[in-house]
Amino acid sequence: MHLLYQIFIDPFVQMGSAPDLLVQTLWEGLVAGVLYALIALGFVLIFKASGVFNFAQGIMVVFSALTLVGLYEHGVPAFLALAITVGVMFVLALAVERFVLRPLVNQAEIILFMATFGLTYILIGAGEMIFGGDPKVMITDQLLLPTGSYTIKMLGGFVQMQKIDIAAAIIASLMVASLAVFFQKTRVGRALRAVADSHRAALSVGISLEYIWVTVWFAAGIVALATGIMWGARSNVSFALEIIALKALPVLILGGFTSIPGAIIGGVIIGVGEKLGEFYWGPLFGSGIESWLAYVIALVFLLFRPQGLFGERIIERI
Amino acid sequence: MRAPSGPDVAVGDVLLSVENVSLSFGGVKAVSDVSFDIRKGEIRAIIGPNGAGKTSMLNIINGFYQPQQGRINFKGETRSKMRPHDAAYGGIARTFQNVALFRGMTVLDNIMAGRTLKMHKNFFWQLLRFGPALTEEVEHRHRVEQIIDFLKIQEIRRTPVGRLPYGLQKRVELGRALATEPDLLLLDEPMAGMNIEEKEDMSRFVLDVNDHYGTTIALIEHDMGVVMDLSDRVVVLDHGIKIADGTPDEIKTDRGVIDAYLGVAH
Repeated sequence: MHLLYQIFIDPFVQMGSAPDLLVQTLWEGLVAGVLYALIALGFVLIFKASGVFNFAQGIMVVFSALTLVGLYEHGVPAFLALAITVGVMFVLALAVERFVLRPLVNQAEIILFMATFGLTYILIGAGEMIFGGDPKVMITDQLLLPTGSYTIKMLGGFVQMQKIDIAAAIIASLMVASLAVFFQKTRVGRALRAVADSHRAALSVGISLEYIWVTVWFAAGIVALATGIMWGARSNVSFALEIIALKALPVLILGGFTSIPGAIIGGVIIGVGEKLGEFYWGPLFGSGIESWLAYVIALVFLLFRPQGLFGERIIERI
Repeated sequence: MRAPSGPDVAVGDVLLSVENVSLSFGGVKAVSDVSFDIRKGEIRAIIGPNGAGKTSMLNIINGFYQPQQGRINFKGETRSKMRPHDAAYGGIARTFQNVALFRGMTVLDNIMAGRTLKMHKNFFWQLLRFGPALTEEVEHRHRVEQIIDFLKIQEIRRTPVGRLPYGLQKRVELGRALATEPDLLLLDEPMAGMNIEEKEDMSRFVLDVNDHYGTTIALIEHDMGVVMDLSDRVVVLDHGIKIADGTPDEIKTDRGVIDAYLGVAH
């Protein structure tokens, strides 16, 4: 009885009695969710256009952030470093198309998936060799990103918002909105979806696989860079960041692997769910539930809607 | 303009010719030393028993396979190698034996995808979906609606193709190929798995495409009735070798063809 009270009643009583804390928790959940959404977005882009779950997306986040900071540390001005990093991501996209995707045209998806594992280790190795394995500090000020925080008085208490978080939320929303329109309504977007559905049919109507793949991998690289900057500004730039890629998995299951709006909504649900769970229900389990709660949410979701909230319907004629 | 079929009627100039083409996969000879031509405006059938190399031949023509020997001459240009993407730009469209559509996309989007190579506005405008890119999108949408009308698939234009019955999927695939406005249309068993009524519809569409758009068509088909009715000239392959080439009437009475289909007493 006491346990039931603790699970179903007590957390809500707490929420009601300290609304400012609730708002603070929701805000933090929202920000974490937006950042998860950014990572998930990188996955969705590549999944949509090649049907491949790109395991290397996480390391691409780290690699791009490391390149940016590493260049700055070697005396390159911040914005020039940013431009060069964008160039590096473009070269990476070209290299992936030429040396990974092109030789594997028409292979089963599992083989392409394995290839992205290989890519992950190559990038880890290259990153460590060039920039070293030590954590680095993101050059937030130099990129003119806001620092500090607003403290808002509300609901009989205070809610604190980091300016960088607000910036992250805005940038992520803009990226998601433009990509969603782009995919749904334009020739290139349609070509991207076509390639995901059938390589040979796409080829037969004159869609160039090379062009499409370079485009999506470059776009995913830019998304990775944005993610790297935002996450890096909150913690440090280190290889530990790579595991946030695993957090994208429940987000994708929730939002659907093929949906861009799904990525952001899934991200927010997971982010907010995690923070609320940790804060209000965490003590019951001795805390630390943040690390696994997302997977439980995703698992429950899979039972009811295997294609995700916004995923394309699974159609099979038998 | 459709020339009456009959012996020795030249439909037009040669659009595509295949010269001494050979292709093998490891030890298996899929196509060996095959030559034939396709003339402007005709319907050319490629027939033969299973495993005769018919689909390999189509794959060579649209650049999916590179022949190891021989040349292909298309619109006066000789080549030994071509990528599928270039073939599509050159005006060769095709359908597939086992339908290859973009299953998750609607009928409309599938056919619009066929317009990809006709759309030229740059990436930046596309990203904004504004100005020239939007005008272009509308213009192409108009063309696509004409094709949808032509194929009588108006009422399913918003349906994801994966949900459609097989016969309609074949029709959508034809629509997508037409959307590229091809000079040469390759149809790989357009009537496979259809009932008589569906076959008649599809035959009608093939003839109409040939008439209205003046499109040259090369098709692979197993239904001999259909082949004899539709085509102006027929080329017969068996075990990768060309065994006959001529009008339907000539083919019907050709000794070699009858042997290939029915077997020879040894």
